[in-house]
Amino acid sequence: MHIMEGFLPPIHAAAWGLASLPFLVMGARSVARVTREHPRAKLLLASAGAFAFVLSALKIPSVTGSSSHPTGTGLGAILFGPSVMAVLGAIVLLFQALLLAHGGLTTLGANIFSMAIAGPWVAYGVYRLARALGAPLSLGVFLAAALADLATYLVTAAQLALAFPDPVSGFLGALTKFGSIFALTQVPLAVIEGLLTVLVVNLLIQYSRDDLDELAFAPGVVR
Amino acid sequence: MRRINLWLVAAVLVVAVLPLILPLPRGLAEPFAGADAQAQAAITAAQPDYQPWFRPLWEPPSGEIESLLFALQAALGAGLLGYYLGLRRGESQRGKPDSDRARHSDRARHDAQAVDARD
Repeated sequence: MHIMEGFLPPIHAAAWGLASLPFLVMGARSVARVTREHPRAKLLLASAGAFAFVLSALKIPSVTGSSSHPTGTGLGAILFGPSVMAVLGAIVLLFQALLLAHGGLTTLGANIFSMAIAGPWVAYGVYRLARALGAPLSLGVFLAAALADLATYLVTAAQLALAFPDPVSGFLGALTKFGSIFALTQVPLAVIEGLLTVLVVNLLIQYSRDDLDELAFAPGVVR
Repeated sequence: MRRINLWLVAAVLVVAVLPLILPLPRGLAEPFAGADAQAQAAITAAQPDYQPWFRPLWEPPSGEIESLLFALQAALGAGLLGYYLGLRRGESQRGKPDSDRARHSDRARHDAQAVDARD
């Protein structure tokens, strides 16, 4: 989902940067509020960021014959709400832009929007909806993380289609083209991300029930 | 619970390894190329006159250095996550009265008393 350095026209790069800015401000406030109101959960917040750090470093092969990486942003979004992930995801993307030449400074706004904003908000919405409809915790967590992963890549495809519409078939043609590169490849990876997020939530319930209670996450679920 | 977690790990391994075993789709320029690079190639193919207007400030000088930094990223994340889970697991077990740990510390106290008595 990394749009490479310089691969968005300046207007698009600036627009996505502006679109991401309010979410980053909101995210910084959320991080400050979480650390102030729930000092006990600080280490869990850092761990949610660490989860995104690991998962976005892993290039995994896919059935389409290409490879890509998960994002790991769903976990933090369902534990702490989606806002904090704007900041944690931005740190991951900045690390990769500066040290790995993956993504870039000019495309940072667009990449933050797909991975650190769109993904976490989808995760949060899907999780709340699934739980409201009575889905078991594991199913809600799985769907939240997997669909957030897919949503991130769909947003990237849309960003590229907006910047580089097909000369004949326009935005939709380009969306199909970039979507087939990103979204199909991502399906098995989204499954992997969903399963790993369920695994971590299981471990949290087992060993870290106090921290989850502090955040009022899945109250009453005990192993 | 432990069994469910083992099944989750097994399922992750199957989904990750399966593409390497299954026959590759035909007509691939390079097997398992990165999707990001493919998207970049698609842009250049559709608009050959597009020039990236900014270059990365620094690029890893070789594939080895790049994989070093990716490994570092994964290690930092996994290290912190493992530290957190280990810390909380230890804390949750300290609370249990009849755990191995409690028994060991009982014996340690007993031994210490024995030493005291000898003095």
